[in-house]
Amino acid sequence: MAAFVVTGRAFAPQVTFLSTATARSYLASVFSSFGRRVVAFVAGFGRFGRFLGDVARAVPDVRTWGAQTASQMRRLGVDSLPIALFIAAFTGIVLALLASYVMTGAVPRYLVGTLVTKTITTELGPVLTGLALAGRVGANIAAELGTMKVTEQVDALETLAYNPYAYLVIPRVLAGIVMFPVVVAFAMAMGIFTGWFSATHLLPISNAEFVRGARLFFLEFDVRYGLIKSASFGFAITLIGCFLGLTTRGGAEGVGRATTRTVVYSAEMILVLDAFWAVTLLRS
Amino acid sequence: MIEFADLHKAFGAEQVLDGFSLTVRGGETMVIIGYSGTGKSVAIKHVVGLLEPDAGHVAVDGQIVSALDRRALMALRARIGFVFQFAALFDSLTVGENVALGLRRRRDLGEAEIAQRVAEALALVDLPGAEPRLPAELSGGMRKRVGLARAIALRPAYLLYDEPTTGLDPVTSAVIDQLIVRTREALGVTSIVITHDMRSAYTVGDRIAMLYRGRIRQVGTVDEIRATADPVVRQFIEGRPEGGRSAERASLSQTREALGLDEEDA
Repeated sequence: MAAFVVTGRAFAPQVTFLSTATARSYLASVFSSFGRRVVAFVAGFGRFGRFLGDVARAVPDVRTWGAQTASQMRRLGVDSLPIALFIAAFTGIVLALLASYVMTGAVPRYLVGTLVTKTITTELGPVLTGLALAGRVGANIAAELGTMKVTEQVDALETLAYNPYAYLVIPRVLAGIVMFPVVVAFAMAMGIFTGWFSATHLLPISNAEFVRGARLFFLEFDVRYGLIKSASFGFAITLIGCFLGLTTRGGAEGVGRATTRTVVYSAEMILVLDAFWAVTLLRS
Repeated sequence: MIEFADLHKAFGAEQVLDGFSLTVRGGETMVIIGYSGTGKSVAIKHVVGLLEPDAGHVAVDGQIVSALDRRALMALRARIGFVFQFAALFDSLTVGENVALGLRRRRDLGEAEIAQRVAEALALVDLPGAEPRLPAELSGGMRKRVGLARAIALRPAYLLYDEPTTGLDPVTSAVIDQLIVRTREALGVTSIVITHDMRSAYTVGDRIAMLYRGRIRQVGTVDEIRATADPVVRQFIEGRPEGGRSAERASLSQTREALGLDEEDA
């Protein structure tokens, strides 16, 4: 029996016939590679479960994590404000102009205010800020804890009778849950402000029209919805960064790998959570 | 007393410790020598519970480390100082905060007493007044001395040194050796020193044990090790490229060849 492999571009395929032994070896390598990936995936879940257990066991050590939380809230939250405000400012401008461009002549102009406010509070404020902080905060945590891991600083903490999960993980996760909504709240305010500014200065929309549109469909729930999402993003990003940081192996290369994976997994998780909250809270 | 009893530890397919047994008596400094990658650091990490044995156990004052619950393990760790190979100082903390970190864990010390203990520990390692400096501003030798200060500030009953002189120039190595001896005299601690620097081993050790292929090849006083007839130990302490280890390799290679096996060494 022989097998063949098709390679090359779709319009000019090259067909190479393989001998039976080569085909068997090729199939074996494909299956073994697939098997290794499945085992690694399951083992990864096991490690993450164990990590969550260790974190849960560290919760009663309030004395340790309580002392670290304030400084983490400043580092993760306050220091992230500039990038969050920068993104929100430009999002607000683009949103107002885009709303006006799409709806010209079709609907009343005051609906630009509605669209800017609704979109910033429910979707773009939390999600764009979350994606930016996945890079800034998630990468920072993974690189810092990964470096501590490979330079034996985590071992040193343990020998000094500290629980590394209480000292390193809980303060960061707590800071993420508390501070992400605060940062997103500021981002929402900035986005709506720049949306209003560009609508009233660059478009033929008056202040009264924009405010009318913004208030017409405004629901307190929209802000609450955006902030709940933000808290869940903060939880996911910090937890992923801590997990991949503390399981880093292999020196500088390992730290780089952990950092990249943190950013990728965090971004994916933000989109998954975004869909989850939409399905859970918006289907009424 | 620290007792390693028939310790086995593997990482994947690699059997690092394979029946490692050794007793460290109270008050003595035991030096463990051996080739790079033979599991010396792995052995002492079992003493503070950083690693769990696959088989066998480590007992400190009769307490089996792997059988302790978290609270008892923390209490044990508070009595053991660990000096890491590359110091493992916390980059974001000053020297003073690094040395104080273990002391802050204890509830019985006030800030004034902690500051006093930090100053004493830094003075003992010849770094008085270094409290406000950051680890990044220090040389390799100074970082190791801060690592030692952090360990001795706790006034431990046991001190474990993981390659304290590796990567240092001969003069700085000699200074570190003096500090180890001085620390032992000042605190009366039981110590284990991991090294492959024989000059350091002869200076600081009461007894020397050689770890080879996962178990102790020979243990004895400094004089006994100096006069050893074991070709593997002899080759190591004299730092010769040819000797017992090469002969063993040659013999193994010949055996494998005779059996028609691959050349790969075990």
